[in-house]
Amino acid sequence: MTEGEGLPCFRAMAGMVGLRRKREGSLPGTEDETDWAGLLQRVRDQRDRVAYAALFRHFAPRVKGFLMRSGAGAALAEECAQDVMATLWQKAHLFDPARASVATWVFTIARNRQIDALRRARRVEPEALDWGPAPEPEPAEALALQEETALLGQALAALPGPQRRLIERAFYGDLSHSEIAAETGLPLGTIKSRIRLALEKLRRQMTGRDDERT
Amino acid sequence: MTIRHHLSDPLLVAYAAGTLSEAFNLVVATHLSLCDECRARAGAFEAVGGALLDAGNETAMDAQALDRALARIDGPVPAAKPEARAAGIFPAPLAGYVGGDLAAVRWQRVGGGVRQAILPTGKGAMARLVFIPAGKAVPDHGHQGIELTLVLQGAFADAAGRYDRGDVEISDDAVVHTPTALAGLDCICLTAAEAPLRFRGLIPRVAQRWLRI
Repeated sequence: MTEGEGLPCFRAMAGMVGLRRKREGSLPGTEDETDWAGLLQRVRDQRDRVAYAALFRHFAPRVKGFLMRSGAGAALAEECAQDVMATLWQKAHLFDPARASVATWVFTIARNRQIDALRRARRVEPEALDWGPAPEPEPAEALALQEETALLGQALAALPGPQRRLIERAFYGDLSHSEIAAETGLPLGTIKSRIRLALEKLRRQMTGRDDERT
Repeated sequence: MTIRHHLSDPLLVAYAAGTLSEAFNLVVATHLSLCDECRARAGAFEAVGGALLDAGNETAMDAQALDRALARIDGPVPAAKPEARAAGIFPAPLAGYVGGDLAAVRWQRVGGGVRQAILPTGKGAMARLVFIPAGKAVPDHGHQGIELTLVLQGAFADAAGRYDRGDVEISDDAVVHTPTALAGLDCICLTAAEAPLRFRGLIPRVAQRWLRI
């Protein structure tokens, strides 16, 4: 399986507008005022190398750090981070800001690359909902999801240490599913609801296309 | 289709983290293909992974890393495989393992009209398709660890309730259950179990050795 394959959760959004964050103060763990989704849109629409370089400088060292924390050696983590960032360029058209932030999308690409490279295991993804022409632009929905993901980052930073470490251990592969706690203590309800709405919309569009064909 | 029996949060966290065994991952991806509620929950857990990655430790890339990356994106883009879409009762991830839909399954007889097909997955857990004729039961069995059972056609019932297409039953080692297919359609399920099932009774145990169930 090639890197980044099977990312059906993410798909192009025509007319995705800049999702510039206007907020006061800075977010822990993020570079405020940095509009990753907007940069990725420039990569997608204009093949903008300057935007790509900015994304690379931010995400590549994080991917490398994440992979090393998950057990990869430095050389393998470097190679995988290169692969992940190449996938970002090649599959920018699959990114759907109504369903994920750029950090989330990069995480899923890195996760899949890691499974290929470290575990050499096969991993299938759910059936794609993203076939066919690009859907209607919904900048407001995309903006809301990006904002809520930023809030999630804040909530994660504010968690008590032991609780946060349990979550980290689950994501770094130190816990099996039977050891994972049922409660993360994080506010995930609104993000889930937004993704759910985006999925429903995709389903309606698919049904519409099926109707047109018959 | 209304799905009433969903995946648990720990399973979806492990799925989002990418730490499930191949067999469990297959069942989860197949359920998510049918269940937007669980797909959205998995997406929310992936956002946790994204937040961890974004806030996590940075490890400096090699000095020439950006130059390499920029040189690489000038190269040819690998051709994208067309996304599969299910045409029959098997969602795309499962159809990929079977090599087609129901007609492509190579069934083994287990007895009592029940049939199974073991799917090729990695170590740690085993995935199989199970065919239960309408109205028939599979032998009483408990298991070590948990077992996931996802209905693809028909319906079954056991002590825990009724399961229709898209529903997934999560049973742990405390449960000894006898799933019975409801009248009407033959019931076809995808299951994943962490360890060999424990059948009660001698003859099923002998059969178990031969059939790897």
